[in-house]
Amino acid sequence: MDKPSDRMLAREGNLLLLGNEAIARGCIEAGVRVAATYPGTPSSEIGTVLERIADDIGLTFEYSVNEKVAVEVCGAASASGLRSFSFMKHVGLNVASDAFMTLAYSGIKGGMVILSADDPSCHSSQDEQDNRFFAKMANVPMLEPSTPREAKGMVLEAFDISEKLETPVLLRTTTRVNHARGIVPLGPFHEIRTLGKFDKDPSRFVMIPAHARVNRLRSLERFERAMKLSESSPLNFVVGTGPIGVVTSGVSYTFVKEFLRDVEILKLAFTNPVPENRVREFVEGKEKVVVVEELDPYIEDEVLRISKGAEIKVPVLGKRTGHLPRAFEFSPDTILSLKETLPVIETKNPLVPRDIGLPNRPPVLCAGCPHRATYYATKLALGKEEAIFSSDVGCYSLGVQPPLEMADFLLCMGSSVGAAGGFKSATDQKVIGFIGDSTFFHAGIPGFINAILNDHRYLLIILDNRSTAMTGHQPNPGTGRDYGGKKTSGIDLEKLVRGCGVGYVETVDPYRIKDASHTIREALDFDGLAVVISGRPCPLLLRKEGSLRVVPFEVDKDKCIHCYSCVQKLSCPALLRRADSVEIDAILCIGCGCCAQICPKHAIGVVG
Amino acid sequence: MAGVGGQGVLLASNVLGNAGLEEGKEIVLSELHGMAQRGGSVVATLRIGEGVTSPLIEKGGADVLLGFEPVETYRYLAFAHRGTYIIMNTTPILPVQVSMGLEKYPDLSLLHDAIDEISDRLFPIDANDLAEKAGNRLAASSVLIGAITGLKDFPISREAVERALLRRVPARYADANQKAFAIGYEKMKSMLPGSKYQNEETQ
Repeated sequence: MDKPSDRMLAREGNLLLLGNEAIARGCIEAGVRVAATYPGTPSSEIGTVLERIADDIGLTFEYSVNEKVAVEVCGAASASGLRSFSFMKHVGLNVASDAFMTLAYSGIKGGMVILSADDPSCHSSQDEQDNRFFAKMANVPMLEPSTPREAKGMVLEAFDISEKLETPVLLRTTTRVNHARGIVPLGPFHEIRTLGKFDKDPSRFVMIPAHARVNRLRSLERFERAMKLSESSPLNFVVGTGPIGVVTSGVSYTFVKEFLRDVEILKLAFTNPVPENRVREFVEGKEKVVVVEELDPYIEDEVLRISKGAEIKVPVLGKRTGHLPRAFEFSPDTILSLKETLPVIETKNPLVPRDIGLPNRPPVLCAGCPHRATYYATKLALGKEEAIFSSDVGCYSLGVQPPLEMADFLLCMGSSVGAAGGFKSATDQKVIGFIGDSTFFHAGIPGFINAILNDHRYLLIILDNRSTAMTGHQPNPGTGRDYGGKKTSGIDLEKLVRGCGVGYVETVDPYRIKDASHTIREALDFDGLAVVISGRPCPLLLRKEGSLRVVPFEVDKDKCIHCYSCVQKLSCPALLRRADSVEIDAILCIGCGCCAQICPKHAIGVVG
Repeated sequence: MAGVGGQGVLLASNVLGNAGLEEGKEIVLSELHGMAQRGGSVVATLRIGEGVTSPLIEKGGADVLLGFEPVETYRYLAFAHRGTYIIMNTTPILPVQVSMGLEKYPDLSLLHDAIDEISDRLFPIDANDLAEKAGNRLAASSVLIGAITGLKDFPISREAVERALLRRVPARYADANQKAFAIGYEKMKSMLPGSKYQNEETQ
């Protein structure tokens, strides 16, 4: 295998890069000195690259405890004159928004770029919010690339704009840019300062009300200068000719470019502020104008406002007129569906397969996942008793599916803990909160402390798999770190919880189902807030590290009575029901032994 | 390219993409990471040609549908057209819901027939079995990469794909994967000429 770290640091040539790799490469070329994130799909692979090469290029990189802290770390770095880059998934910017909004007031010295990776169609998210409105709300310039190649280039552009205006810049991508792969030409590395120096300037950096009022005016003045940059930016351009105009941005541009013909396209990438003169000139004299953008009518409303202000009477079609949907991501077929409105290219007739009743295949907990064992042990402990399961964000959210059905309420990172307290305040029902180790550190701790303060009596089960597993096994405060030349030891979860004064705290091994279930029962009966830490590293992580010891299991066909309770209770993908028998998939099974523990006839055992 | 998370769909798209890059082709791919990979249905698209920019393919726009699993192949048939080569690995992977008895996996011969009704370019390959013959049953994705490379007029050379593949797989599995690739390549060559799996017996 070739060494990808060498590849990412190549000085010239072309690489086939994932959008996220291209963005990381942009950071390398731009001379970013401080970068911080909390992992979140679709932005995670940026961190994978930066973590790997941080030491090679003198970058201070960190997985912060959450996105707000990441933006604060980067804000201070940029206030000290260094280039900083913080990146997160769209909902991460909700968490970071407090810092983000005020940084737009103080402004920065060294360039500061904040990336928001939006997720239209909610491929891996709880919502598909359109974060372009954050740029608008903060009066912060925004760039929207369409391809990996553009994404790399716009990291560099964003730093230039940021330093010209002394303001943070939002780089807004979507899943189909972050997870597209394309050819990216490499450029030279910027020579920039390596050590920051913070010059005290309280009137700018200490946002008390008197200073805030002054800085509010400064931020508006910066935004006027941003308009000038947007008007003259080559990132906004016109391509093609025709009587009909199409205004577009982001990945939608790639569909418009390839699947329409004979139209004039205004491709916008500098989308906050939308360049008013450019739009006015473009709209003027067109037969009609169609605005093609995913999610909310952000550009469309600007086009409508600008045309109206200039008294241009060209029809503007898009979401407001019902021509394009407001929900979910676009595809070439979205463009082709506009054939009554726009000249589309010729395409071939798709096959129309008949309905043969395909089974669904949603993502599931992996074979041997300790979360499955924790859930099953909890079910055993509850018996017939009912409880509200207040769940959280992570692989364990998948426990919502049958047969486990262990999630009843889930909003966002950390919501399990706060909401559990709410259910206790509002009902007399039993409440169990489920939260992963990384999520607990990220946003669970304030809710947890709130439960102690306000005497919320419920059981919190912390699923400690020693990792931020869903996004690619990034380290978290519980594991400590060992990358980029810095090594720290992890925080002991049990000590942390005990230190807050919780009356019942026990750690269990979920693979020992009976013992775990016994402890969980005890915790359920405890009169007060109880915490059970269910500790088992993610097997995928162990496999990556080369320390997974697989103990293969098999079904004894003579003992098996075909009750299928193993598959029906555990829904482990390694348990295969074929005709009249149950088999264990030797490739998938890691030997957690949970099915062996629940087989009523002890028909499952270690091979041999 | 369609399959189940963990089957090597992303490996295949990566290998073909990098091989194309080496030969100076314009290429765009699209992948999905994160939640979608936990044993769920996975699809990746690869577009090669002058001026390609869209990472996604329109319905009916795929020239090849490389299916890593029968049901997943069927699920994405709408991206194929009458002339699309449909290469399908015949080894099923049972979704958990099927093992639990909540859903049914369609009968394989029914699935084959349903594709044959609308296309005469279905090429079924038992990639898992061929990989086992190559020495490692985990190398099924290399068999399929070989098969697609063996298509008539495939725009990337066998040598480039093979090099890209060997750069991607761990050294200790290189032999088995190389063999699996060659078996898949030859299998496709032997099946192609007049279709209906021409010289299948020669394998």
